[in-house]
Amino acid sequence: MSFDVAAVRGQFPILSEIIDGRPIHYLDNGASAQTPDAVLDAVRTYETTGRANVLRGVHRLAERATDAYENARADVARFLGVQPMEIVFTGGCTAAINLVAYSYGSLLKPGDRILLSELEHHSNIVPWQLLRARAGLEIDMIPVTTDGRIDLEKLPGLLTPRTRLISLAHVSNVTGAMIDVGAVVAAAKSVGAKVMLDGAQRAPHGPVDLPSLGIDFYVFAGHKAYGPNGIGVLWAKPDLLDAMPPFMGGGSMIGRVTFAETTWAPPPRRFEAGTPPIGPAIGLGAACKWMQALDWTGAHAHEMTMVQHLMDGLQKIDGARIFGPAGLQNRYPVVSFTLDGVHPHDVAQTLDSFGVAVRAGHHCAQPLMDRFDLDGTTRVSMAPYNDGSDIDALLTGVRRAAKTLR
Amino acid sequence: MSDQLYQDRIVALAKAKTGAGKLAAPTKSARRDNPLCGDRVTIDVRLDGQGRIEEIAHQVRGCLLCQASASALSSVAVGRDAAGIAAVRHDAERAIGREAGEAAEPFAAFAPVAAHKSRQECVLLPFEALKDALS
Repeated sequence: MSFDVAAVRGQFPILSEIIDGRPIHYLDNGASAQTPDAVLDAVRTYETTGRANVLRGVHRLAERATDAYENARADVARFLGVQPMEIVFTGGCTAAINLVAYSYGSLLKPGDRILLSELEHHSNIVPWQLLRARAGLEIDMIPVTTDGRIDLEKLPGLLTPRTRLISLAHVSNVTGAMIDVGAVVAAAKSVGAKVMLDGAQRAPHGPVDLPSLGIDFYVFAGHKAYGPNGIGVLWAKPDLLDAMPPFMGGGSMIGRVTFAETTWAPPPRRFEAGTPPIGPAIGLGAACKWMQALDWTGAHAHEMTMVQHLMDGLQKIDGARIFGPAGLQNRYPVVSFTLDGVHPHDVAQTLDSFGVAVRAGHHCAQPLMDRFDLDGTTRVSMAPYNDGSDIDALLTGVRRAAKTLR
Repeated sequence: MSDQLYQDRIVALAKAKTGAGKLAAPTKSARRDNPLCGDRVTIDVRLDGQGRIEEIAHQVRGCLLCQASASALSSVAVGRDAAGIAAVRHDAERAIGREAGEAAEPFAAFAPVAAHKSRQECVLLPFEALKDALS
């Protein structure tokens, strides 16, 4: 049976919104995806029937809140194929990476090395630079191929006995390229390094079976995965979480507090100081359940059909150049392009007048832009609820920008 | 609505590229980046003994609005000092609706930007760079 896009679209109230007489063609999912009724309902149910703080109260609302919060953890764990107690709720994907950089980073020694890539999002660069400044670590960088993939042929030459962690984007937020996780894990094992994947752009495209990947840390953001803002996820192997000291101190993360000494709660509580983002966590749990129920074989085929449609259309526009893999293998539906003689912001602004929402600029990946001497790109990032009409509207807008702005 | 942002006068200013390039021997240079969008403006000026601009050149790696603004600014900069440029800036601020009053030419062309708050910094970035160069 073919993938029923209309049925998916019908679950996202915002997609029927009309602005200035035009429907919304939302192709900025890589920045923030939209939210289905299932998520909105879950958050509303918490806010209207179970709003209370978690873990501490004995009253019935507190018990409802705690149950919903912990059930959300279980839903996220199922989505990733892991155990609930291995899931740490954070304030976002950036917060999750900072948590690892601070906490796991505190276990590293001066002279230890972290290996990143040239296409990383700033959130997977800057926390490591802060750690480098704090703890005397070194950062190495895997270059990128001309088609926007992490060049794994260069990986072996960059590994050293002091490489402790390789932290890479599972899927690039600029080019859509997916990393060969098996190759990275095999290389990491040869020097005893850990592997972290930034799943921000991968998680919105279906369940991830973490145990089969053989990695050590995984992070993703709720708002890019059809969930609320203000929530993210860190997964780490239990022995690593056990060994890691707290990132932030406060309520909930303690065993026992005296002025002489404080002991820590076991994970994941150790990393969830203070009142957590309860409603957002419940919403993210619902988003993971929603994703788990979707036909991802059909959805992925549908997404790749749109990618092909887009690439075919762009190739017919004079001066439009795709930045990233030209094929559909090992990629997700994020497509960047440039238009000769027209700045990406002007392309995006023109697209807005056609009701098309995209992102333009450096995409928080300035080292990648510098490597290719780009001012930026226009990025089209798709979700299963997009359809051919979104791509057609976009192509019409790009043609208009090409005609009027150069 | 935003389609009207790129009206002919703004496009014409950008395409005119008045002052685009580098000076061989600038008295001062300054570069400003907009960290949010990545736009980048470098301005060279040659000054006389009183701090007045004798010659100006700009390099813009940025959007059409930023290019148009740099072009407009360059077209009126010669003969002005820091105070004179600050006065001109008021015209740009008026055009984009940040200050009350009517904007003088050539900045009146930027009136459509008033409705696009997220793009107003694009117009002001060349002024920031020139302010730095004159400070």
